[in-house]
Amino acid sequence: MTTTATVSSSAQTEATDVKSRVDPRGPRPKPFFTPRKIIIYSILFFACLYFLFPLYVMIVTSFKTMPEIRWGNIFAPPIEWTGEAWTKAWTSACTGLTCQGLSPGFWNSVKITVPSTIVSIFIAAINGYALINWRFKGSEIFFSILIFGSFIPYQVMLYPLVMLTREMGIFGSLWAVILIHTIFGMPILTLLFRNYFAALPVELFKAARVDGAGFWRIFFEIMLPMSLPIFVVALILQITGIWNDFLFGVVFAGTQNYPMTVQLNNIVNSAQGSPEYNVNMAATILTGLVPLIVYFVSGRLFVRGIAAGAVKG
Amino acid sequence: MQHSVSIRDLSLNFGHVKVLEHLNLDIAEGEFIVLLGPSGCGKSTLLNCIAGLLDVSDGQIFINGKNVTWEEPKDRGIGMVFQSYALYPQMTVERNLSFGLRVARLPKDEVERRVKRAAEILQIEPLLKRKPVELSGGQRQRVAIGRALVRDVDVFLFDEPLSNLDAKLRSDLRVEIKRLHQRLKNTMIYVTHDQIEALTLADRIAIMKNGVIQQLADPHTIYNKPVNLYVAGFIGSPTMNFLEGEVVGGAEPVFKANDGTVIPVKTYEFSQAPNGSAVKGVLGVRPEHIAIGEAAKTMPFATEVEIEIVEPMGSDTLAYTKVAGQAIAFRADSDVHLASGQTVLIGFDPARGSIFDAASSNRI
Repeated sequence: MTTTATVSSSAQTEATDVKSRVDPRGPRPKPFFTPRKIIIYSILFFACLYFLFPLYVMIVTSFKTMPEIRWGNIFAPPIEWTGEAWTKAWTSACTGLTCQGLSPGFWNSVKITVPSTIVSIFIAAINGYALINWRFKGSEIFFSILIFGSFIPYQVMLYPLVMLTREMGIFGSLWAVILIHTIFGMPILTLLFRNYFAALPVELFKAARVDGAGFWRIFFEIMLPMSLPIFVVALILQITGIWNDFLFGVVFAGTQNYPMTVQLNNIVNSAQGSPEYNVNMAATILTGLVPLIVYFVSGRLFVRGIAAGAVKG
Repeated sequence: MQHSVSIRDLSLNFGHVKVLEHLNLDIAEGEFIVLLGPSGCGKSTLLNCIAGLLDVSDGQIFINGKNVTWEEPKDRGIGMVFQSYALYPQMTVERNLSFGLRVARLPKDEVERRVKRAAEILQIEPLLKRKPVELSGGQRQRVAIGRALVRDVDVFLFDEPLSNLDAKLRSDLRVEIKRLHQRLKNTMIYVTHDQIEALTLADRIAIMKNGVIQQLADPHTIYNKPVNLYVAGFIGSPTMNFLEGEVVGGAEPVFKANDGTVIPVKTYEFSQAPNGSAVKGVLGVRPEHIAIGEAAKTMPFATEVEIEIVEPMGSDTLAYTKVAGQAIAFRADSDVHLASGQTVLIGFDPARGSIFDAASSNRI
């Protein structure tokens, strides 16, 4: 303490010399274990346990054999680790009429998710760009109607859309699900892109116009290279949203194209025989794996993008 | 002579708000015009209309004799420099400069030649491979100017190009823009709210208020013969002193201040000499046109005043006092010792001042 006192007192007398010395700066460091922090971290810890416990139970159960599960100790780790349930869930569990496991459903989900995500994001990005930078008469009304669309419950539109796709001759095919996902992704994605583009300086757009660039060139060469964060957000929203979708898949895809979620449901709810809990658990984890991975890989980008897109608008 | 830019009866409304009203403006070939006014006066809007970035409600715009009112920006022969530089962040300086040329599908060697020439003129050759984030504000604005330069345009449009720079850089770049104009001899239209920029750069200044051009004249005229009270108050720092009173015409016209002080204004050149009856008027005198001490004795009007506040500015000193019961500021050389409470003789020649009709606020 005495040394600091002398340093600070001499600092007042010879201000030029003081910069060369190592002088403590900033506020005094706080101790880590304050009552406040202890309370906060213990709450966080228990919340964490609360949410992770079901996952733990699922994982351990999926590695147990059926006899071991029947003993009833659901919290205990498996005595004998086995991957049989996982293999069965993936390759041979019965999903309704066929018994090929979840793998066909996985590939169906991929076939639905990839095109739906690309098409919906592409159209929404153009929507947002046009709504902000190429305002036309009624563009605000158009936008309001689009946003209003996101407040209407899905069920209301389900039957009209069934009729519509039937008239178009695509009902019960991959095309129908892709179309439906594109439509339902439109309001939120357009809002996202519109707000993001609104936050970009309008002078960039003006400069590009003076330079002679048109609608598409400005979009592809000026706007898109600046919108990576919002594209990541849109990608995550769409991939997880479409992957987790059950309703549209079961209604529009047709039996041969059922996505993973629907087939998971068929495995878990199959009426014949005693329920195979280990297979059910493995199948559920497998189905949830894709959104989980997406979140883990891009979580940081996601937060950054949300902040960038949502603040202004 | 053909005008470089000609604006005929231009109006622009946003809904019910009239932003520009029946605006007319003729700009000669190679002229440097500054649009000056407070924010919201429509000066940037006018520039955007000329650039073709805003659709006009009524009227026409001609550039080099061609009606471009409904042409695309790129077909107007204009280049624009923005306040925020508006450089494409993902492109290098070189790509930024050549973007417009690549859009126009110019041959590669021609693009290279033009970029090289612009970089040379603006002295940014060492920066060509850098991204905009790696440049300082001044460098960015040079690149932005270069982007207009490479396109070989007839008319340069500047939208407050120096507002984002610090004071030192601003005056440096101001000189450079002037040098550029002398070298290129293009028509330039420059929007600013900074009167120093306007006075130093312009061949002619258009002072705008509420979408109407108040006065269009060379800087000397704007400064010395402001056409109305608004222009008089807007130009000059510190602002012009205004004395309220009435103008009495005749062989020996006088200005009678509100408290009865009589100021002879025989030397003043009336544009429309008032007749015998008194007219409510305002006499405007710039602080720098007020003489002190010995010099004041030779002035047509002189009076003893007590100084209230003194502000030393370094190069000169500002002092505040009252003449005829109304607040007056005057500027003195910094060598002259002034103190508050001191009594000095000050005087001025109304010939260097301005007299306005109080009712119409126009110069008389």
